[in-house]
Amino acid sequence: MQLTERHLEYWRKNLRITAVLLVIWFVVTFVFSFYARELSFNFFGWPFSFWMGAQGSLIVYVVLIWHYARTLNKMDNEHGVDEGEEA
Amino acid sequence: MTDVAAQRAFTARLKKVYIGYTIVFLIFLAVLAALEQLGMPRNWIGYTFLLATVLLYACIGVVSRTSDAAEYYVAGRRVPAVFNGMATGADWMSAASFIGLAGTLYLQGYSGLAFIMGWTGGYVLVARFLAPYLRKFGQFTIPDFLGARYGGHAARFVGLSIAILCSFVYVVAQIYGVGLITARLTGLSFEVGVFVGLAGILVCSLLGGMRAVTWTQVAQYIILIVAYLIPVVWLSVKHTSIPLPQLVYGSVLEKVSAREEQLLNDPKELQVRKIFADRAAAAEVRLKGLPASFETGKAEVQKVLDEVTASNAPPDVLTVAQKSVDSYPKDIATARTTWARDANTKGRAAPPLRHAEPYPAANEKERDIMRKNFLALIFCLMLGTAALPHILIRYYTTPSVKEARSSVFWSLFFIFLLYVTAPALAVLVKFDIYTLLVGSEFATLPVWVNSWARVDPSLLSIVDINKDGIVQLAEISIGADIVVLATPEIAGLPYVISGLVAAGGLAAALSTADGLLLTIANALSHDLYYKMINPNASTSIRIGVSKALLLAASLVAAYVASLKAADILFLVSAAFSLAAAGFFPALVLGIFWKRTTGIAAVLGMLTGVSVTFYYMATTQPWLRSLFGVTDPISDNMWWDILPISAGVFGVPLGFAVILVVSLITPAPKRAVQDLVQHVRFPNLVGDTIKRGGA
Repeated sequence: MQLTERHLEYWRKNLRITAVLLVIWFVVTFVFSFYARELSFNFFGWPFSFWMGAQGSLIVYVVLIWHYARTLNKMDNEHGVDEGEEA
Repeated sequence: MTDVAAQRAFTARLKKVYIGYTIVFLIFLAVLAALEQLGMPRNWIGYTFLLATVLLYACIGVVSRTSDAAEYYVAGRRVPAVFNGMATGADWMSAASFIGLAGTLYLQGYSGLAFIMGWTGGYVLVARFLAPYLRKFGQFTIPDFLGARYGGHAARFVGLSIAILCSFVYVVAQIYGVGLITARLTGLSFEVGVFVGLAGILVCSLLGGMRAVTWTQVAQYIILIVAYLIPVVWLSVKHTSIPLPQLVYGSVLEKVSAREEQLLNDPKELQVRKIFADRAAAAEVRLKGLPASFETGKAEVQKVLDEVTASNAPPDVLTVAQKSVDSYPKDIATARTTWARDANTKGRAAPPLRHAEPYPAANEKERDIMRKNFLALIFCLMLGTAALPHILIRYYTTPSVKEARSSVFWSLFFIFLLYVTAPALAVLVKFDIYTLLVGSEFATLPVWVNSWARVDPSLLSIVDINKDGIVQLAEISIGADIVVLATPEIAGLPYVISGLVAAGGLAAALSTADGLLLTIANALSHDLYYKMINPNASTSIRIGVSKALLLAASLVAAYVASLKAADILFLVSAAFSLAAAGFFPALVLGIFWKRTTGIAAVLGMLTGVSVTFYYMATTQPWLRSLFGVTDPISDNMWWDILPISAGVFGVPLGFAVILVVSLITPAPKRAVQDLVQHVRFPNLVGDTIKRGGA
């Protein structure tokens, strides 16, 4: 079947959001860990790199997934691809 | 609209049931605690926990029994997001997470954080690349998707083989954990423990498949999270008087770090470490001098004894000399093993590691290697998380794509609760041991030290090496598992909490084993038997076959676990690398790149798994001995990457093979391209493909 312009826009937006969140995920995980020795300043009592590994990055992950679910669930409705009320 | 109303009513009823269940569970704990005060013996408490929890899981199995295909394979696709999140949490957190993780953090400090980040960050990939699309596809298994997307039996067969390979490796470790915990909890033997645990798994999954497993996993999550949090909160109150360990352990970590600096240069510590270093060096010299050194060594200790006897030395000197003659190895073979063990104590001569320091090593080059391996491990654990079939099939069970998205959030949220606590627990236990145990007198060791040292010396042993009557840090040898198991006693909690922790560990191991066994059985019964061998099989035959295979798979797994032969911890990590290299490229490209062709995916999956497996087989000691690899490990290492992270080679190669082969083979057929489109949009007006599910 042929996709409408609205569908293509939905998919492009989805890819853009996915890419942005992927960059954040990458930086938090790999870039911060790479520079862990340089980032060991005091952060509310924790060395910053240790805190990032033990809590900070986890919080970012949870927020990323929450944000993605919320945005996409809203986008479904705006682009007419939602599954409707039937659960 | 009736569907919506029915689903709402169902969710509301679930909430009531599980809130009620939690309250009953807490009352049960309180009653047991009271009975303990009245003098109930400890092993009775252990039996009560074991019986009560296994019986509970069995009851859920009986209540949820089913012979309907959608119920059996995907719990009827009506598991609400929050509950699927809890079930995924229990499915995900294995014995290794519950019992081993905090201990690993205790022993490895910052390096252990690779597990914390790797085992949570993977869900970001699940949420974005897989869960919603697989839910829209809406069949029963992961090979189902590969078969439909890559057209044919080849992709399905490779997929089901990889699914079985990594799930089986993983389930053996879980059953091993079940046996260990049951043995600790009740004093039954390890083998009996394995089969009692197995009974609990089987009653549940045999009767009700995914439906029973789901509702049991929710119940198990509640037990395991309560069991994990209570002792840590208590320990936090003991050391900081604030019941929020995750928020306040920064100050404790500061004290631990200060204490580490003291201990690094403490003369007594240096003395003990030197004794270990000398002992190891002497053993190495003698080991190299074998077989000649055996006779000279023997003559030497005999000579000392003769001299001491002749010179009328005091009795204690005489005893020591007599003892060294008596304990001298009987023959050359014993000498070899004894001295090799002594030479291995070299590790104990090393100064304690700084808990919060990233990549602690002597020089820049070694620090680089540590950093490389840390990043590689995170990479493999994350992609493995996003490729393990027993996790991915959980997202088939939600009512809609939207719920699947929210469900990944709830999964990670419930997993987060435990993973954010584990590093806090490690630091609090370290503080306790570094400040209260180190420096105390051998005559007045705390009760828990003696009782655990008696249970299993590999978990905890403290020997007065320099004979000063005071505990030095270097004199303590500690195993990873004790950190979680002994926390209730370290915190001074009653025995009922120790029982609860063991029950929590059991819940973690059983729930993961449930999910894995079901994945194996369904790969064989649904993908191999129904889709490839006998497509005309009726539903009842398919489910019958699945149940028979479930029984067979679990017995084989239990048998392998009871051999206790393999390096279990390595096997678990291997499962992640294998899953990542086998599934991740094919699944993600299958959804995001229409041009991906069937033959490319098959070759990519095979390349990924083979390369990963080859690297492990040539660099991991246990596998090397299995395959008879003899050339030096260092010759086979690529860029100093450890075998645990072998997936770091398999994944990019898998991607590369799929990309290249796709471009040189003809584009997939129209129907396949339509399927990709179908999967990408939660609802497509005029879609030719029937919606999965319902």
